[in-house]
Amino acid sequence: MADNIMLDLRNIHKSFFIGTPNEFEVLHGLNFTVNEGEFVSIVGQSGSGKSTLMNIIGALDRPTAGEYTLDGIDIEKAKDSELSVLRNKKIGFVFQTYNLIARTSALKNVELPMMYAGMGRAERTERAKMLLEEVEMTDRMMHKPDELSGGQKQRVAIARAMANDPAIILADEPTGALDSATGRLIMDIFHRLHEEQGKTIVLITHSPELSQETQRIITLKDGNIIGESKGNWAGLKAKEGE
Amino acid sequence: MLFTENVLVALAGLKANIMRSLLTMLGIIIGIASVIAIMTVGNSITLIVNSTMQDIGANNLQMGVMEKSRDSETSDDGMSYGSGYIRDMTDEDLITKDMLKEFKEEYSDNIKYILLNENIGGDYGSPQSKVSHGSKSANVKIVGYNKDYMEFNKREVLAGREFLTQDYAEGKKVCMVSDKMVERLYKGDNDSVLGQEIEITMGNTYYTYHVVGVYKYVEEQFSFGASDNPTTEVMIPLQTARIENHTQNKGYSFLMLVTSVDTDNNTFATTVRDFFNSHYYSRNDAYEVAVISMASMMDSMNSMISMIQLALSVIAGISLVVGGIGVMNIMLVSITERTKEIGTRKALGAKNSSIRLQFITESVVICLIGGVIGIVLGVGLGTVAVKLMGYSAAVSPSSIIIAVGFSMAIGVFFGYYPANKAAKLNPIDALRYE
Repeated sequence: MADNIMLDLRNIHKSFFIGTPNEFEVLHGLNFTVNEGEFVSIVGQSGSGKSTLMNIIGALDRPTAGEYTLDGIDIEKAKDSELSVLRNKKIGFVFQTYNLIARTSALKNVELPMMYAGMGRAERTERAKMLLEEVEMTDRMMHKPDELSGGQKQRVAIARAMANDPAIILADEPTGALDSATGRLIMDIFHRLHEEQGKTIVLITHSPELSQETQRIITLKDGNIIGESKGNWAGLKAKEGE
Repeated sequence: MLFTENVLVALAGLKANIMRSLLTMLGIIIGIASVIAIMTVGNSITLIVNSTMQDIGANNLQMGVMEKSRDSETSDDGMSYGSGYIRDMTDEDLITKDMLKEFKEEYSDNIKYILLNENIGGDYGSPQSKVSHGSKSANVKIVGYNKDYMEFNKREVLAGREFLTQDYAEGKKVCMVSDKMVERLYKGDNDSVLGQEIEITMGNTYYTYHVVGVYKYVEEQFSFGASDNPTTEVMIPLQTARIENHTQNKGYSFLMLVTSVDTDNNTFATTVRDFFNSHYYSRNDAYEVAVISMASMMDSMNSMISMIQLALSVIAGISLVVGGIGVMNIMLVSITERTKEIGTRKALGAKNSSIRLQFITESVVICLIGGVIGIVLGVGLGTVAVKLMGYSAAVSPSSIIIAVGFSMAIGVFFGYYPANKAAKLNPIDALRYE
């Protein structure tokens, strides 16, 4: 099972302002794979191209050149409307700024991807409640985003990311706006999803420290992968336990 | 499913910016309210006019002697105005009794009544006729009616009797007076006036009639407010009036026909006109008979009212367009404000069509709420206006349905462009928007 390839990126290039004098390439031919059930981090300083890479992994954007296969689906060939379905069913986004829909309760926020997937009202409400329970947000599920703390918002966002049981969870600096204690709680949720439910998680971060918590670290610099290393979650966990 | 969610999201958005929403709706509210108010007033007037005309008789044909037009062609409604004046009307030009007799024999199936009447004085400019009794007097108008007229325009007889055949034939000096007059002059004792001679003063002339009956006065449709001394009719037989006026041997210049129910008045009007003009007026150098059907008059009156109504509605409708532009403007603002939300929704798997639908729904909801408020306001305004004119208002249900449909259409029309703009936003740019 661990050998099933979930993400397969080959020779990915991304350029902006194509065909203009200002054209420049951000990604210079990246190659890497992520296996099913793997917890991987992509680390890089700002300007390293990690946001661009995240957009491509998240099917929000297409590479200029190269092949990207997500859970067996060739992104290159998918139409825009098919990409919407793909994002809906295969990818669970967790953003640094939470991006919950304002004036809408936590419950409705979690229901949203299921609504777009066409799930019936009763069914999606039930599943949303279950997901909120998993992140311990049951008692605040009727609250609107502006009535929640940062950590609570991020927990709702994680529940929302899990809504359609996606192939991967794509987390972009999920603890970037949180204090370290709250950040710790959020990271623990990711570990739990990974360990207990076998979720494939791609964590994008600028922090080498945080990346140490993942199984594998892909380091990005100036649009190139400059190294891959193993993380040290077991060690860190043991240390934390002391 | 998505629809209810969209409506709920739209309502939540409106509630969050309640002042802004109301101001946006104002254009729609004013537009719809004025259209509905105009429609209500127009509709009420149409109904009033129609019922009045119905009272006069939609089954009526009016015919009269008119100047011949030069090319001796009459327009469809029988009205023609002579372009070349030849001479004044003389007694030879009038419609005679003999003509009417032949006419009635020829078309006995179609003609129910031939209505003839003649006033004694009472024309504009002649002095007011009065009946005096003791210190009080009552305004009256002396009108002679033929038997057909009395049968067609039947009044309730409260005391005494109607005219007898010989009253009509011999032109006896008998009359029927109204209960209003009796109320004013005789304390409402109808029986006490029966058999009395009443004297009617008109300027320096006096007319005396023997009262045979008291009829119930019916207030006229177009009288504003009830006067305590209304001019009521002292009805006398036609022949009596003609003797008083010295016209008993003359013909008639104007009369009305009441046709049977199964007669098509528009075609019968032509038949009547042709009958008279070919039989009696073919050699008349200056005059001929013209016939107007009340039905066609009613039609042209109605179409005139609805044209005025339409013209006013179109002008009011312009404010709807302005309102629609206001909605479009606020939708563009709203979409800019919610760029990040749109990006998030797209990241979560919303298709372009879902985003488009969401914002169109929002704009339709704004317009529809505005429309409903407008309808309520318009119905209120229209009703008040009609009430002030002294009639009861009739709201046309079709105008309400049209208003609802129209406000929805405005919502879709003016919501489409902003919604489409939102739908086409690039998700990355939208997500990055601050």
